[in-house]
Parts: sequence; structure tokens; C-alpha cells
Amino acid sequence: MAPRTLFDKIWDSHVVERLPDGTCILYIDRHLLHEVTSPQAFEGLRLAGRKLRRPDLTIAVADHNIPTVGARSPADIKEEDSRIQVQTLEKNVKEFGVPYIPILDVRQGIVHIIGPELGLSLPGSTIVCGDSHTSTHGAMGALAFGIGTSEVEHVMATQTLLQAPQKNMRIDVSGTLGLGCSAKDIVLAIIGKITTAGGNGHVIEYTGDTIRALDMAGRMTVSNMTIEGGARAGLIAPDQTTFDYIKGREYAPKGEDFEKAVAHWKTLPSDPGAHFDTEVFLTSAEIAPMVTWGTTPGQVIPVTGVVPNPADEPDEGKRAQLQRMLDYMALTPGQHLTDVKVDVIFIGSCTNGRIEDIRAAAHVAKGRKVAEGVQALVVPGSGLVKKQAEEEGLDRILLEAGFEWRDPCCSMCLGMNPDKLTPGQRSASTSNRNFEGRQGIGGRTHLVSPAMAAAAAVTGRFADVRQFG
Amino acid sequence: MDKFTTLTGVAAPMPMQNIDTDKVIPARFLKTIKRTGLGVHLFDALRYLKDGSENPDFVLNQEPFRKAEILIAYENFGCGSSREHAPWALLDFGIRCIIAPDFADIFFNNSFKNGILPIRLPRAVCEQLVEDSKLGGNARITVDLERQVVVRPSGEEIHFEIDPFRKHLLLNGLDDIGQTLQHDKAIDGYEATRKNEPWLPTIAA
Repeated sequence: MAPRTLFDKIWDSHVVERLPDGTCILYIDRHLLHEVTSPQAFEGLRLAGRKLRRPDLTIAVADHNIPTVGARSPADIKEEDSRIQVQTLEKNVKEFGVPYIPILDVRQGIVHIIGPELGLSLPGSTIVCGDSHTSTHGAMGALAFGIGTSEVEHVMATQTLLQAPQKNMRIDVSGTLGLGCSAKDIVLAIIGKITTAGGNGHVIEYTGDTIRALDMAGRMTVSNMTIEGGARAGLIAPDQTTFDYIKGREYAPKGEDFEKAVAHWKTLPSDPGAHFDTEVFLTSAEIAPMVTWGTTPGQVIPVTGVVPNPADEPDEGKRAQLQRMLDYMALTPGQHLTDVKVDVIFIGSCTNGRIEDIRAAAHVAKGRKVAEGVQALVVPGSGLVKKQAEEEGLDRILLEAGFEWRDPCCSMCLGMNPDKLTPGQRSASTSNRNFEGRQGIGGRTHLVSPAMAAAAAVTGRFADVRQFG
Repeated sequence: MDKFTTLTGVAAPMPMQNIDTDKVIPARFLKTIKRTGLGVHLFDALRYLKDGSENPDFVLNQEPFRKAEILIAYENFGCGSSREHAPWALLDFGIRCIIAPDFADIFFNNSFKNGILPIRLPRAVCEQLVEDSKLGGNARITVDLERQVVVRPSGEEIHFEIDPFRKHLLLNGLDDIGQTLQHDKAIDGYEATRKNEPWLPTIAA
């Protein structure tokens, strides 16, 4: 057999049937549901009189609409449409017999945090969710991608998806990361290099010693933002770091099954000589603590950089679009990022809501104070992350520094709960999208790592975390 | 799903790159449990001023584009969030076809599921179509899916590519779940072959 990539191997082992035109019926091993993109799919099943084929391969959790402060049970959600959406999920999971993690359960959290955390996201499996950041689970060596609600309904009814094969892309990162740099800086640098459409039509595999050296949290941060570079899935081959992470988690295989699983997972990495349609190479020298300045995630520069000048863009249309972005972001060409003041800090989301992220923020915050006039939120990605952080005393460090310590939810990543920017407010955010209005109408978002967000919190401006001990 | 065969209508020019799905429909409008009624919030931030009134500078607030059935845009249309609320909002407004140099993958898939035809044409052609569409109501554009052509107001025909399976589903308005369920036995058979993998965790409800 010709050498195959990790993606090829997972794809081949999940093809139920290949249709004459090449479209495949692809089997789905794990279907994750949340309250925002599932109600119309359940309704579709009901209207067609169809059953949900494999509830035992499905799990649901509410994560987008949940308040991060005060009472959290569904009946307590003040905004009516948010409350109805959560209550609709609870009604639907009951009717269709879908396993569900209730909001008050300590395991509740952002769906992309809890899949790996509970041992449900495993190497070699296919994982989908009606959410583009499903790419996160690719860090486990799984083929994981976001789908629309019609496809959610398709998986519910058939446990499969109709998919055309995608191209293979390899992004290799080599070299030792510099001081103050993290996985977030790696992935922002990657998107800056390939652009927001660079991965369209591809599945990405991340390789290289920089990626290998990352812990699982860092790998998940990289895979998470794959979609911001246009690819639906971003995989990292499983290795001992992966196996050690999985071992002992709630749903992970145990005992002899675990040993059998590891033996299988070790066969997954891409074969030597496997063909990639596109290859991109980065070195750690291209990666510094990064900050986005525009309204797409690809518009990113090192914190020591200055805001670009639209006048340097030769294409008239692109020039006008750049100018519009600077107007929206209230930035001027040539401005130093370290002179830009921030109003709100958001540390959390499926990109950076893990214990390692909170440790990185607490490390910078320790013994310092949030600058006057700045609001700084820390929103753990799950109840288990929150519990562990409290056991480590990170909550006390952050609270003493003037940060707010909240309950788990997607929160200000997209403001479907009460956590939003107000018009004109500027954030340093560890989330994944800086689109216009993403964090609230008229809000101005700059994407950064957790350490850089904490540094901005205590400085009141963007600051180079390398200058913090 | 409604069939898509031919469409002749007003095309609205949106000559921008990277129109993300947050721009198509902001997150605060995703708190619905229905597929319909989202048209009023389509492109909300571009379409309405702070006081809630219409922004007269935005193309879909101008005649004849209020009745547009086709959108012409530039690269990477539909990037970002997987929200199917984006094609639902476009459809509810009346858009049945989007022409752009390329599309984000998830949005591209979601469009077909809702009877919206996304057509990839080179940037230079999209620029011509933007100019055509600016001529307004007397410059209608025709999209003929069977023949795979876009017809400019001048009568010039431009060929486009489409995956044959997707074309078949659109032309006949077919529900792809129904199609897949015809392969039920193959799915049963596949599941049986996976029984020797004891490590894939199932969850009791």
C-alpha cells in the first residue's frame, strides 16, 4: 500500500461506502451537541419521524448561553431566549435518550474542553459537532471537524456524514520556542503566514519538534484555531504525551482495552514518504508574543510591532478594506501596539480555557494588580478546570490581583451570555476570533495568549510579556 | 428543501473579502430554536445604524437590491463560525445563489443543504459581475444549474463547475438524509466490523 497520512488512515477506516462520484459515507464515532446548533436538528428528526441512531455515541452539554456569575440552573437564566434554548436542549436530550451533562454537574464546561478532559476524544476516531472549533479535538490525533445543523441532523439519523475527500496539508514548526511564547503565538503566527483562507479544502497535520514539545493543552490551542486558517480539521499525531494524557480519564479505555488501544494508536502517524498536497514550514524564529490588530485572525504582528499602513497596499479594494478595519479598531498606521490601551481582559474559551492557560495567567498576575479602569475576567473552560485551579490556589492569586473569577461557559468569546463588550471597548482576549462585533456590538478585539492577556491586564496597555519575570 | 433549477434575478454587489458568518448573522441572533425568521437580521451590523434605522449606504437597503436573489462577493465568503443560521438568514431574505472566487468549507456545505447554490468563479469574472450588478434592476443575471452557466446581462454565458452529486440533490430538491438512509444495511455492516475495537467508549444515557 502507498504511504498514507494520519488523515488518510482515519478517513479510510471510516468509509462505510464510496458513492460513484467519489463522495463517501463517512462513519462518525463521536457526536458532540450543544444548545445553539442542535434545536433545529432535533426538530427535523421529530418532523420526519426519525430516531437518533446512536445515542450511546452522542453527548450533549449546554455551554454558550450560561451565565458566569450568580445562579446558573436553566430556570435562573434571565435572558428569555437563552433560557429557552437551554431548556429546549434539556427537553430534547430526554426525549431522544441522549447522554447529557447538566449545568450544575462539576464536569459541565465548553464542549471542546470536556471532550478530551473526560476521555471521550480519542486518537484515530472521527468526531463532529455543530461548532467550527471542533477542530480542537484534532490535537488528540482524531479527525474532528465542525458541521452545520443539517449535518448534525444527518449524523443524528444515520451516524454518518456525506463527505468528499479533502486535500492533505502539512504545517511543520521547528525550533525551541522563545521566552514568553506559547501555543497561541504559534497558531497566530501560522494563520498570519497562510492567511485566513490558506487551509480551505484541506485537512492540516501539524508536525515538527516545536509541536511535539507542546503539552496536550498547547496542542489543543493550535488545533482549535485551525479553522481560522480555513481548514476544518487540524491533526497532531498521537504520541506518548497523548497516551499519558488519556490514561485514567473517565471514559477512556481501561486496563487491557487501553493497552490494545495504544497499540492501535501507534499505527496512526503518517507513514514516511506520505504525500501532502501542500507543505508550509515555520521556525521558532518567526514566533514572538503575538497580537492581532485587524478584524480577521490573520492580521497579526509581534507585540513589538506597529500598526500597518493601508497606503502600502497596492490593490485599491484591499486598501479600502484595510482602512475600514483600522477605522473600526480605532488604530492609526505606525502606532506601537504597546501604546494601545485596553478596557477589558478575557481569559478563557475553548482556545485558552484549560488549567495550563490559567496557570500562565496567574504566573504573570502574581503579586501585581489589574490596572485602574480595566476589567479582567477569568472564565475556566470547565467545572473540572475551575476545581483544579482552586485546589492549586490560582483563584486566590487572580482575585488578589483584581481579576474576576467566574464560572465555566463560552462567555465573552462570542457574548451569547451576559458577558459582552460595549461599543468602543477594546479587549485583550485569549479567544479565537476578532471579527467585527464578535464580542459585542462595536467591540474591538485583539487576540493574544493567556500570559499576554494577563500582562495587558496589569499594564493597562499591550505589554511584552518577556519583560515580566 | 426547494429545488434549484434556474434563477433570473437582481444581483447585489458586495465586493469584500472574508465576509465571515458573524457578519452575516451576529451571535446574539443565534438564540432561536427555529430555522425561519432570520432574514431581518441578515448583515445586521452593516444594514442598520445605531438607532436601529436602516443604513442607506448598505446595498441591501437600496432599490432594486432589496429584492436581490443573488449575491456577488470576493474571496473566502462565509469564513469563521459553522452556524447554519448564516444560510438560513440569506435564504429568509431571499438569496438563492452566491457567486464568489471561493468559499469557506463549512459555509459551502451548509448552503447546499438549504437549496442555496454557491458558485465559484475567478476573481476577474466576479469583478465583471459586480459591475453588471451595479446596473441595477434592468441588468438581471441568470443562473442555469442544469447547463452550469451564469448568463450576464449582455447574454454572455460563463460556465461553472459543480460536484455532480450536489447538483443532483439541488435540481431535485432531495433531502440527503433520505439518500443516506437507503444505505442503512451498509451502515449496519460497517458497525459490525468495528465490534472488535473495545476501546471506543459508549455512554449509557
